[in-house]
Amino acid sequence: MNRRRFIQVSAVAPALMLGSCRNQVVPGSIIGAAHRAGHLLRDGKTSAAPSKTAKTDVLILGGGVAGLAAARQLARRGITDFLVLELESQSGGNSQGGRNSVSAYPWGAHYVTLPGPDCHEVRELFEELGLIAGHDAAGRPIYDELALCADPQERLFIHGQWQEGIAPSAGLTSDEQRQFREFREEMSRWSETKGADGRPAFTIPVDRSSRDPTILELDQLTMAAWMDAKGWTCEPLRWQVDYSCRDDFGGGEDEVSAWAGIHYFASRRPDAANADHDTVLTWPEGNAWLAERLAESAKGRIRNHALVLNVTEQSSGVQVDVMNTTDGHGGEIMRFVCRAVVCAMPRFIAQRIISNLKPLDQPPVYSPWVVANLALDELPPSPGELPAWDNVVYGGPSLGYVNATHQNLTAVPRETVITHYEALCGSPPARLREWMLTQTHAQWCDRIFSALAAPHPDLAAHVQNIDVWLWGHGMVRPTPGFISGTTRTVMQQHQPPVFFAHSDMSGVSLFEEAFTRGTQAADAAIRFLG
Amino acid sequence: MSEEAPPQPAHSSFARPWLLLLSVFAIATCGLVYELIAGTLASYLLGDSVTQFSTIIGVYLFAMGVGSWLSRFIRGDLIAFFIRVEFLIALIGGCSAAVLFLLFGWAASFRIPLYGIVFLIGVQVGTEIPLLLRILEGRFAFKDLVSNVFSFDYVGALLASLLFPLVLVPHLGLVRSAFLFGLINAAVGILALVMLKDEIQRPRGLWITGGVVTAVLLAGILQGDAITRWGEYAAFSDPVIFAKSTPYQRIVITKNRDDLRLFLNSNLQFSSRDEYRYHEALVHPGLSSLPDARRVLILGGGDGLAAREVLRYPRIKSITLVDLDPAMTRLFSSQEMLRAQNNGSLTSPKLHIENADAFTWLAAKREPFDFVIIDFPDPSNFSLGKLYTTSFYQRLAQSMSPAAALVVQSTSPYVARKSFWCVDATLRSCGFQTRPYHALVPSFGEWGYILASKEAITTQLALPDGLRFVNAEVVDQMFRFPPDMARVDTDINRLNNQALVRYFDDEWAEYLH
Repeated sequence: MNRRRFIQVSAVAPALMLGSCRNQVVPGSIIGAAHRAGHLLRDGKTSAAPSKTAKTDVLILGGGVAGLAAARQLARRGITDFLVLELESQSGGNSQGGRNSVSAYPWGAHYVTLPGPDCHEVRELFEELGLIAGHDAAGRPIYDELALCADPQERLFIHGQWQEGIAPSAGLTSDEQRQFREFREEMSRWSETKGADGRPAFTIPVDRSSRDPTILELDQLTMAAWMDAKGWTCEPLRWQVDYSCRDDFGGGEDEVSAWAGIHYFASRRPDAANADHDTVLTWPEGNAWLAERLAESAKGRIRNHALVLNVTEQSSGVQVDVMNTTDGHGGEIMRFVCRAVVCAMPRFIAQRIISNLKPLDQPPVYSPWVVANLALDELPPSPGELPAWDNVVYGGPSLGYVNATHQNLTAVPRETVITHYEALCGSPPARLREWMLTQTHAQWCDRIFSALAAPHPDLAAHVQNIDVWLWGHGMVRPTPGFISGTTRTVMQQHQPPVFFAHSDMSGVSLFEEAFTRGTQAADAAIRFLG
Repeated sequence: MSEEAPPQPAHSSFARPWLLLLSVFAIATCGLVYELIAGTLASYLLGDSVTQFSTIIGVYLFAMGVGSWLSRFIRGDLIAFFIRVEFLIALIGGCSAAVLFLLFGWAASFRIPLYGIVFLIGVQVGTEIPLLLRILEGRFAFKDLVSNVFSFDYVGALLASLLFPLVLVPHLGLVRSAFLFGLINAAVGILALVMLKDEIQRPRGLWITGGVVTAVLLAGILQGDAITRWGEYAAFSDPVIFAKSTPYQRIVITKNRDDLRLFLNSNLQFSSRDEYRYHEALVHPGLSSLPDARRVLILGGGDGLAAREVLRYPRIKSITLVDLDPAMTRLFSSQEMLRAQNNGSLTSPKLHIENADAFTWLAAKREPFDFVIIDFPDPSNFSLGKLYTTSFYQRLAQSMSPAAALVVQSTSPYVARKSFWCVDATLRSCGFQTRPYHALVPSFGEWGYILASKEAITTQLALPDGLRFVNAEVVDQMFRFPPDMARVDTDINRLNNQALVRYFDDEWAEYLH
């Protein structure tokens, strides 16, 4: 043990023995998620006449990944007369990021798994961005290693120390080991299975997966029920499965379908020349890195603080009224007349603003999320494996944290930013959304400290600032029946001159889904425009 | 506490048991403090705090059990025996930290004295409570006695656990904390001697023992600082002439007669007796076969020794030396003894120092260099491992001229064979042709280097004068590998697998075991 380790140990010792008894206010605030402006719409406080009218060819409603992908595709096909309308102050949707003096950091989505051959739109994008630098003799993509998650990728705090990897591996009984082995074998079997229609059972994008009814049956029951039926009931395995469901879908294993649960483990078949199959692409600011590059194709064409009030079809074209909410309240209203609209907003908003849009029988469920960025003077040391990119606490309520400086190449990083994720689940989402708005900044800080207390009892002493972002409708949740049911089919039907693009149409909130939907919707709009 | 206790009338039947219970409290506190001190010290000196604390606590509790069991054989004058035990604990426990610190520097196996001392203290502490119970028997009702003794025992443990991290370690340090608690143990013994003098047959011997122990401990407290210095320095075999902690590392320089040694984070970087072998082997096989090389880049090497070898070539126009730690380059530019070692290379007008992280410094494309010397510390952690990855070499290649070569110090191909060949495989995967070689540096052992270039190098050596190790025949030998160091297949070291750090950890752990 060198001196530094010694100092680390003696710094941890008091906290371990005393617990943290600091009771001081942590600087920071609750930011982001322009729900106040959005609620103007919900509460019907937006009736005023437009003061100006403008014309454009295509309007893209929503500047998240789907909207930006649509913008990129329009630009690539030579259509430049378009505008992207975005409610938030920056585009990117849940791929936004922030920055302080130490590092950039994510506010939501923070990685993309290596795209398989079915994901050719995304592969093409990655080639364009230089993330895929070339191909080896076998035709496998060679990734930019600076964007591949640096090793060690994941660690789990269990039995009082960090282990490498997220699957619990230490201290398993032989029966538990058997269950893990069987589960893994089942997942790799599914990963290689093809349906009667010749398509892979599970792939990304979701709608390139097989529609074989014998596979889609898995969508009728919850992941928990399927695990029970398989006899895989041991706690460590169920924890890992539940964690994975919360991580990707924002709902527990008893809230999402078995099809979705298996999709998490069996849909990824990357073929990288220079990375393991479970390596991901990540950046300090998370997927905001990708969103910013996509936004470049819409440079000067993104209008922020734009609250879309209504979309109506007229003989002259589509008429879209938009309120400027720069000051946080209702402001000036502007009317756009365009030839086509790409609606890249979540469906629950589209439903409110597009006239004549039939209500869905079973509207999608959206999971609320809380994302917090903690500026630290250092990541306090704790026993076991050294810090990884993704750091998860076994049995904890949250999804753990991601270290923003992990991709940093400098030899001795000290100050850092960690991004703490929690998907609120276990109760009806509407009630959780109401509850989350009642919580104060101090209450969120306490919630984070207690979620990370096991590995970092002294975290509060290292925190310089905590900002919290509340995502009321963080991501669509693949509840049983949603992937295989008719709701998605209805959602996916374009209604020219209105074209739809959002990951909620896929049922899972992934960059690949949003990007592919956006690209496809733009293509459909281009065909419509002729 | 003894100073504050008012004199009690001899006939007070209350005062003595009450004070003895206070003693329970004191000895429980002391007992736990010794255990914490041993655990912390072992973590400090041996690393792996979980293992150290776990084994120390285990040995300590086991020894307490042994002590409790042994207490049944104690007969006769229980009080005198108790007082002797107190003085013994005071002496062993009180001096434990100081003794362990001093032993670490030269004990062949530090674990023997460590566990020995922990065991001794544990046995003594284990006898205390049974002895006290027996002494107090009859002065309390049995249920009160057990309840009181154990309550005070556990409360004392709590006090110790709070005092240790909050007061003792930060304010007194380990060595003086141990002496202080030794004094408390001694005070308990002396207090018992005073309060129970009527029940002790021959108190004089005990008084003398107590006096001597107290004096030793008092001296220890007063000299605690000196002992810590001495002990820490004893971790190095030679006298320490310089020690400094920078934000990046701890720099220690030792000197023994003509042998000057540099340690970074306790790892030997060079010994002046044979560093010429290491640095001549690092620089000359490559640079002497590049007659057109004018601009040299040195990454790491803040000691200026590689630069000294480069400056033997008059044709070299410029040297850029990139070292993370300004304290290193400042020290080796200014300190007279160190300047003598590197011939003042760091203040040569041809040399330009950049205190920067090499990986980020190379993000900007730099002037194309003709020869690059990579002299980083061994890849013993993930931060250092990044400096041996494909991404690093690809980035470096951007700043090299077409005919340039680079050389990497690549740890020992004998001790860490996979690590060595992993560096070679990594360079080759980046499109370099490699020429691995090795040399014997007695203070390091068999050491490895890899010469790499985009175009094949013909080693037409034009060696400078004045070399003590390298000549044409020796270089010829260097490129030949005996079977026990011959090439093995390895993974390529990438940022996303850190294969090299994993090989290095395994191989050196096995070797040192």
